[in-house]
Amino acid sequence: MTATIATKVTGEVTDKVTDLPAAIAAHVRDGMTIALEGFGHLIPFAAAHEIIRQGRRDLTVCRMTPDIMYDQLVAAGCVSKLVASFFASGSAGSLHEVRRRIERADPEPLEVEEYSHYGMLCRYEAGAANLPFFPLRSYAGSDLPKLNPNIRKVADPFGGPDIYVVPPLRPDVTIVHAQRADRLGNVQMWGITGAQQEAAYAATRVIVTVEEIVEDEVVRADPNRTLLPAHAVDAVVAVPGGAHPSYTHDHYVRDNDFYRDWEPISRDRARLLAWLDEWVHDLPDRQTYLAKLGASRWSELETGERA
Amino acid sequence: MTYSDVAPGSTEFLATVAARQLVGLRRVFAGVGLPTLAVDLALRTVNPNVELVYESGVCGAHPDGLAEGIADSVLVTGAEAVLSMHALFGYVLQGGHVDVGFLGAAQVDRFGSLNTTFIGDWEKPTVRLPGAGGAAEIVPNAGECIVVLRRHDPGALPAKVDFCTSPSPVRAREEDPRMVPPGHGVSTVITPLAVLRRPDKFGELQVSEVHPGVTVDEVRAATGWDIVVADDVRETERPTVEDVRLLREEIDTVRLYLR
Repeated sequence: MTATIATKVTGEVTDKVTDLPAAIAAHVRDGMTIALEGFGHLIPFAAAHEIIRQGRRDLTVCRMTPDIMYDQLVAAGCVSKLVASFFASGSAGSLHEVRRRIERADPEPLEVEEYSHYGMLCRYEAGAANLPFFPLRSYAGSDLPKLNPNIRKVADPFGGPDIYVVPPLRPDVTIVHAQRADRLGNVQMWGITGAQQEAAYAATRVIVTVEEIVEDEVVRADPNRTLLPAHAVDAVVAVPGGAHPSYTHDHYVRDNDFYRDWEPISRDRARLLAWLDEWVHDLPDRQTYLAKLGASRWSELETGERA
Repeated sequence: MTYSDVAPGSTEFLATVAARQLVGLRRVFAGVGLPTLAVDLALRTVNPNVELVYESGVCGAHPDGLAEGIADSVLVTGAEAVLSMHALFGYVLQGGHVDVGFLGAAQVDRFGSLNTTFIGDWEKPTVRLPGAGGAAEIVPNAGECIVVLRRHDPGALPAKVDFCTSPSPVRAREEDPRMVPPGHGVSTVITPLAVLRRPDKFGELQVSEVHPGVTVDEVRAATGWDIVVADDVRETERPTVEDVRLLREEIDTVRLYLR
């Protein structure tokens, strides 16, 4: 890890633009701990689909809200452990693949390490800031510390009451989606930015998919929008529409029909696997996925017409 | 004022009763689902000054459509601020700026501890629920919390929850008296039968209001412990025709949360 950080800080200024199959192949390996972040917004679905296509196995996947994207990764057989803080998907309801695994070990068990939202955020924060733990005023009286022994209580050295702390989370790879980046990897995102900055700085490697790659001047004209400077990023990939069915603020809105239609698919494992074949395994990339979705549906999402 | 005859267990009824709890409160941390309807209705009726705060980082939301989730783009467009989640949870919530949290739960116990994790045995749960989300932060740190339940029976209101996700101050005090949180915990529980209130930070929920057509004895029988009835128990005020019209024709036009 030290070597990687040194490379990021002192290495030559280089073009980090690559394609998605190459980025996933270069950085994501079986057995790794990975985080795909994006809180309801900018969810990196295209990257998750590429991980599924490349057949990664035995991943520990971290995410505050393992919504539909993680239901798909789990169903595809990529995941052995889930680290998370909320196991449902807004208006899409239950994640049935995740529930089948936990409630009935069907078809296999799934290990779960569970926190609250702020607990997960503090884990990324501790990982990013190279701290041994991070304190928060949650969990007093809760059963969560009994369920998850990584939530521990420490004495306040300054004489205050004891306080719960969570350990750093340091993913091998964090993957996020953003509105834009320059070729060097300065990533700009706006709207709801979730845990992306913390999760990226906490990780050894960072892959970013973006709606567009822009000239350096565009970034430099508005540097407050840069959440991830180039030194924190290893690979940049242009993947327009890469967050569908979630949304990218100022590019396209959330595909609410998709979310509503997901529940019956997720409920029936055979249908879910057929969906993965049709929409992930049998398609080479996001471009063909969007084409399959249809030009009229996509243009409605781009112009912001909400179902 | 003309009252509506919608059923007391209906979403319209629950959302209206919930909205009326927001009189005089300022900053509301709202979850998705029924709380979304209630805060929107409150803005249009009893309290135009409510500041909507969402765990996605949005403060002062002014949505021009129904939010399908706490990170929906309609909450961002036109909002007064979008903060980082660290600022939202750390500074806004844990820092003590939220007056009331608005939550759902699968189970609420007599002191207002919430279960949103498992039904049944932890090792082999009958039902895997969504988990803590931000509720484990909201219950201790918001000034108070309002919970809306879709059921009122001993399963949803047990003496003791199957799993305590978000603890009441009573449970925090049992663990360590010095770790009692700043917030009151759950102050109000709205169910299809009644409104339960917990006036004392370390006290039990009491029957405060019973919905039209429901008796106090029915509420007691449907509750998983021997619940105290408040001395001044009264009938819940019905929604008005206008409340129901706003919910159906202006707020949830796509009938996402209204059934």
